[in-house]
Amino acid sequence: MLNKIYDWVDERLDITPIWRDIADHEVPEHVNPAHHFSAFVYCFGGLTFFITVIQVLSGMFLTMYYVPDVENAWKSVYYLQNEVAFGEIVRGMHHWGASLVIVMMFLHTLRVFFTGSYKKPRELNWIVGVGIFGVMLGLGFTGYLLPWDMKALFATKVGIEIAASVPFIGEMIKVLLAGDAEILGAATLTRFFAIHVFFLPAVLFALLAAHFIMIRRQGISGPL
Amino acid sequence: MSNNRVTRRQFLNYTLTGVGGFMAAGMVLPMVRFAIDPVLQTKAEGDFILTSQKVADITEEPVSVNFTFEQVDAWYKSDVTEAAWVYKSGDQIVALSPVCKHLGCTVNWAGDSEHPEQFFCPCHLGRYEKNGQNVAGTPPLGPLDQYEVAEKDGFLMIGKKIPNTFS
Repeated sequence: MLNKIYDWVDERLDITPIWRDIADHEVPEHVNPAHHFSAFVYCFGGLTFFITVIQVLSGMFLTMYYVPDVENAWKSVYYLQNEVAFGEIVRGMHHWGASLVIVMMFLHTLRVFFTGSYKKPRELNWIVGVGIFGVMLGLGFTGYLLPWDMKALFATKVGIEIAASVPFIGEMIKVLLAGDAEILGAATLTRFFAIHVFFLPAVLFALLAAHFIMIRRQGISGPL
Repeated sequence: MSNNRVTRRQFLNYTLTGVGGFMAAGMVLPMVRFAIDPVLQTKAEGDFILTSQKVADITEEPVSVNFTFEQVDAWYKSDVTEAAWVYKSGDQIVALSPVCKHLGCTVNWAGDSEHPEQFFCPCHLGRYEKNGQNVAGTPPLGPLDQYEVAEKDGFLMIGKKIPNTFS
């Protein structure tokens, strides 16, 4: 049945080469943990992406209940965690995944560094990777405020003060982030929400696409 | 059993797809259940709500009686005021919902000067008889809902909404 549908579409659109390009590629022996167990270090990039997918999915579902508003943000988080079925699990996935994605990304960075994989011709991919690192930290920072509890509020206060310590333009960055010169409040929350769910993910997807296209173009770096 | 009924490649394909599918389901299922929760939630039905309408003052002429209750809308609690068209039919007190059964607008008693003895919905000119029965040939497909009624210390109480039993 499925095969017939696939053949019907393939006959008209010739889709086989498309997914072959994406899915069918060589895994060299030195990166395959089945050959050398120590090669599991080559899995950290894939694991980072896997957790990123979980973050995107769970985040999409969380926005079904969450409201970015000072009156209702905390209440809606409380409601979705305690009143909605599996709310604890879905929010838990997003909460723990947020930390795990940073850990995995860091391990991936270490692997690339210690295997020297960033060297010519892969310098550009390292640079894009550093961009992804920055976007991920931004996602972590903006997401931290959204539950609108005490920890969120004061963590963001501190974070914004750190941003304000930048020479010359610090004050401008602070106002730009907080949406107000004095108050960390309603305007800050909506801004952080917009940055967290629209702007940074858009940048992240573009950078991830570049990251993956480059690795496919250049292949995995050779053994040590 | 013949040697190659299931090839090694097929076996690996099936087991890996199965295990992968199981893991993907474990990931996606909580999210789906989370999303469809509103469909599966059951709400406790409310009690009778006291109104400021004296039962003795109710006549044969329908009047709009307001009643206020606390509505819990997920994380948002608020006082909501709704209305019922109340009149006496013999000894019986009738309380009809003003929500049009066509598309949910609000009906008025004698809202159309050409039909002074009917409920009228201005949105699409739907009409109902006094007992809530929809007038054939107008948009509504069913009679107006009714409310259960009770009396306390001479005042009218309004209960839960049920399908019309008068028409």
